[in-house]
Amino acid sequence: MAGIVKKKKNISRFFIIFILIVITFVYLIPLLYVVNTSFRPWIDIKEYPPKIMFKPSISSYIRIFTSRAVYAPGKEPTEEEFANMKWYERIVYEETNEKIIRIGDLPKRYLNSIIIGSISTALTIILGTCAAYGFSRFKVRGKDDLLFFILSTRMLPPVVVVIPVFLMFRFLGLNDTHLGLILLYTAFNVSFAVWVLKGFIDEIPIEYEEAAMVDGYSRLQVFRKIVIPQASTGIAATAVFCFVFAWNEYAFAFLLSRTVAQTVPAWLPYQMGVLGYDWGAAAAGTAVFLLPAMIFTIILRKHLVRGITFGAIRK
Amino acid sequence: MFKRSRENQFNGNQLLHRSMRDTTLVRLFILPTIILLIAINIFPLFWSLFLSFSSYSAKGATEWGKNPEMIGGLNYSRILTDPRIWTKFITTAKYVVMSVGGEMILGFGLALLLQLKFKGKGFVTTFLILPMTMSPVIVGLMWRLFYNPNWGMFNYLLGLGKIDWISDPARNLYSIVLVDIWMWTPFVMLLSIAGLSAIPKYLYEAAEIDRASWWFKFTRITLPMVYPLLLVALIFRTMEAFKIFDLPMGITGRGAMAPPLLSMYLYNTAFVTWKTSFGASLGYIMLIMIIAITSLFIKYLNKAKT
Repeated sequence: MAGIVKKKKNISRFFIIFILIVITFVYLIPLLYVVNTSFRPWIDIKEYPPKIMFKPSISSYIRIFTSRAVYAPGKEPTEEEFANMKWYERIVYEETNEKIIRIGDLPKRYLNSIIIGSISTALTIILGTCAAYGFSRFKVRGKDDLLFFILSTRMLPPVVVVIPVFLMFRFLGLNDTHLGLILLYTAFNVSFAVWVLKGFIDEIPIEYEEAAMVDGYSRLQVFRKIVIPQASTGIAATAVFCFVFAWNEYAFAFLLSRTVAQTVPAWLPYQMGVLGYDWGAAAAGTAVFLLPAMIFTIILRKHLVRGITFGAIRK
Repeated sequence: MFKRSRENQFNGNQLLHRSMRDTTLVRLFILPTIILLIAINIFPLFWSLFLSFSSYSAKGATEWGKNPEMIGGLNYSRILTDPRIWTKFITTAKYVVMSVGGEMILGFGLALLLQLKFKGKGFVTTFLILPMTMSPVIVGLMWRLFYNPNWGMFNYLLGLGKIDWISDPARNLYSIVLVDIWMWTPFVMLLSIAGLSAIPKYLYEAAEIDRASWWFKFTRITLPMVYPLLLVALIFRTMEAFKIFDLPMGITGRGAMAPPLLSMYLYNTAFVTWKTSFGASLGYIMLIMIIAITSLFIKYLNKAKT
């Protein structure tokens, strides 16, 4: 009798595992499809039914990083010129009959994303850690109201805030500048950072600080030498969250930047090749852009729940 | 689950002699953040409130001082009486109900399945949460590729013909809902897992002794214990789905073919047809609705703390 029950349990166990694996696979299909498309040779991209197996080509990656022009009829390179081509020029020529003119727009947008993301993250962490420490350790008049106010700024829909911000930035000449987006992302992230970091600082036993102050440490010394090192994991996790937010942000970047300070999300969906919308290049760009976020997700796994609920749930 | 936040304050006479310096210090610590938030978030909002009572277009007005004409509450009354705008409210509500509903059911279901311990569970969880931290607009772009009516994988895998999921107004709301569910089910799943793992084991053991049925255990132990976290997930997702903007933009391109969602309409009003002040008043209506949902969340948070 017991044996039958056990067997039944085992079968249902395998069944659940099987379902989970199937779901995970189905879940990953869109991602796999994009990676698959990004390695597809030009002629296979619009094939129907979609080809899964093909000779992989990196020409899509070359195309997303470069600007190209089609060779005019009769102006195709001679055999000798072809022999002198660099390997990447040859790949592009063979697939799309194009000539590489210069480095494309993606590297600049990528750099913009990195600059804006990291500077705003640094500012956010500095402001956020100080404010979180203040709220965690001191009596502040109207603390709950202030914290509510700080959180509520984060809940505002970007599309709503962007109208007045657009006018303000235009008046100040901040549209399409790095500074403008950095300020905006800092303001939007700082509310998040204060809430999450306050949670982390609340968890540090206050006795350390009291002991240090008895030993003659000043408040600032306590903050620098005890609180910051103790909260470093939390600070790092918060920083990654802030960076990912700035990296992913679309509405502000799309409406407040045109070229100079444009980040990847505002640019990638709208880039057109000479030969119409270049889906191979779009897929390659997507893959290149999503990779950092994926790595961060894996690093952040432990803190993810805490981050996405603004520190409300500490597990 | 919810650790009670310790009131870590120095109170009493213990450190009284420092209190003067502490007040200046705490101001120094907190003020920069408050000032930044007022400058970047609050001041523009008041400006926008002022604009919402005027008729003003930002188009081409690069010079400062072009006076908005005050028209009182005309913008608001026009929004609230226009049946075409009401359909946008209804579409948004439909979007919220479908996507959040789907996410809650699937996310909680997955969390229940993931209660089982097995080798490779970590991998499965990690793979499942990948979509969550991706940029919504890029996810939209990715799905635009996937949905492509002529050569996309979606129709092929489901054995459908060349169905247009992107620009057909009868369908694209549902295709965006599907992507939203794909992207945010892991969010509900993670919160549910957090809730489920916090249920003390002895409750189940006690129920086992009483030979309670599976259904009894589920409705009397599991659901009530996970309920607070499901509520958090519900509020968060409702808020986000209500203001969804980047996903439809990513899936439908510039948004001309997008379904009539409120935020898409707001974008079109304010930045395509440049009826800035009209957009501002619509924005304020959305804002009030968001604040209502947010305050629910905060109220809940405070209740959980005490």
